[in-house]
Amino acid sequence: MSEFLEYSLLGLFSGGVTALIALSFVLIYKGTGVVNFAVGEFMMLGAYLYYLGSVTYALAPWVAFVLALLGIAGLAVVVERAVLCPLSGQPAVSVMMATIGMASIIHGGVEAVWGGDTYSPPTLLPRTPLAMGEILIPGTMLGNFAVAALLIAAFLAFFRYSKTGIALRATASDPVTAATLGININYSQRLTWVLSGLVGTVAGVLIASSAGLSPLLAAAALSVFAAIILGGLDSILGAIVASLLIGWVEALGAGYLGGKSRDVLPFVLVLAVLVFKPHGMFGTRTIERL
Amino acid sequence: MQFINHLEATGRIAAGLPLAVDGVDLRFGGIHALRKVSFAAPASEITAVIGPNGAGKTSVFNTISGFYRPQAGRILLGGHDITGVPVHARAGLGLARTFQNIALFRGLSVLENIKLGGHHTMGAGILSAVAYGRDARREEMALRAEVERKVIDFLELDHIRHLSVDVLPYGLQKRVELARALAMRPRVLMLDEPVAGMNREETEDMARFILDVQEEWGVTVLLVEHDMGMVMDISSRVVVLNFGEVIASGTPAEVRNHPQVIEAYLGAEAGEKA
Repeated sequence: MSEFLEYSLLGLFSGGVTALIALSFVLIYKGTGVVNFAVGEFMMLGAYLYYLGSVTYALAPWVAFVLALLGIAGLAVVVERAVLCPLSGQPAVSVMMATIGMASIIHGGVEAVWGGDTYSPPTLLPRTPLAMGEILIPGTMLGNFAVAALLIAAFLAFFRYSKTGIALRATASDPVTAATLGININYSQRLTWVLSGLVGTVAGVLIASSAGLSPLLAAAALSVFAAIILGGLDSILGAIVASLLIGWVEALGAGYLGGKSRDVLPFVLVLAVLVFKPHGMFGTRTIERL
Repeated sequence: MQFINHLEATGRIAAGLPLAVDGVDLRFGGIHALRKVSFAAPASEITAVIGPNGAGKTSVFNTISGFYRPQAGRILLGGHDITGVPVHARAGLGLARTFQNIALFRGLSVLENIKLGGHHTMGAGILSAVAYGRDARREEMALRAEVERKVIDFLELDHIRHLSVDVLPYGLQKRVELARALAMRPRVLMLDEPVAGMNREETEDMARFILDVQEEWGVTVLLVEHDMGMVMDISSRVVVLNFGEVIASGTPAEVRNHPQVIEAYLGAEAGEKA
């Protein structure tokens, strides 16, 4: 029983970070209608910028962290203006291909600069493990989960109550009407990309500082796609619930069936859910097929 | 643009502004949607744009809103050229509209939808907090709340304010959309087919609301409508479009008897006989 509890806790905690990556994706899908396949690469690049600041330039970790956030925010603005703005109104597949192109460019760029080695950037969070009876939870994992939970709660509150958050929701749901109400939709969409980049960077830094940094980090987004499809492409709450669920299933699988099952189980779960609920657990019914 | 700053600073429900469309030419590739369209909607009056399907009524509306950029011609609000002003900035100048197909934000409540109408009155977030100062901000929030209360009261929406707009019947959704436009404190209110698809009773209700709005707030109303009876009853001026051209304009009585109007509506033969 305590084994089950341990796997479950570890799974849910790692699901918290997955939820951040999912949030990064869902923000853009909801806010601009773009299926962003570069979400993992943005996250990875953010983590590399953090590494660049904290190790290569030996800055204090939090300074490096802030610089990485600023760097990605800047990149998000450039990408939105230079790539997505001109493509607005084009078929969804063209825009999707553009994000796949961006993913390749970022991936190639990172490998060209930093190579394929694994680095360990310093952690921002205390490493003291937490003992719960017989179960020992690694400190970074707990910290990661806490940061993820706080950030997600902040985002939900932002979208629910703040003026800007409501404007973003309005833009997401109907850009034309939003514009007639005086909402600057170009600004809203740019802000959406920036927020998504920031969330992704936080996730990237958290993962990199606890599990190591290599170009493989971008592949972490793969299980996130499972979570997003499971939760419903356009539901923030769905993405969170599904991320936790997938983290849990992965951990149970890894514990009882061995590490290899980790790559398979989430997708088995997704397949099973989609057969019965084609729009995911929380998605709206009007999603087009991709 | 001093005139814009002035409007933003006062920000109250102010008297209507005159709106004029001046020589607007609009083409989409080979389609000539509007040809040298000119007409004026006098301040604080109700002006209707009518015409057969495909005459260019919605194109006129979308040009005034700023969705379409005309190849030639100007849009004048209160005598100032707003042709180059972006869509979202026109809200701050006092231009509000509703849509032919209801454009409420699904999943949000009636009140939230109406509150979004007041969105443009203050910039978002931290910057505006600095720019406006605490007192001005508080005053603005109080004014907005008052406008929202008044609008909800006025359009008799109080009992449904917390319901999600998705569950409302069609007629009420139209009314919520009107409420949202009013919450923008417009000086020119554009209504795109406000009674389309409504039964007789709902149509009469809506006509009464539009008249009351115009009387109470003194706002300039420009409407596109198919329901001829309603148009003739409530408008002081009517503009008739056909194939992208203004073929007649004047009081309802003048327009009703205009030979070209009869021709456009009833066909060429009837026109000749008349």
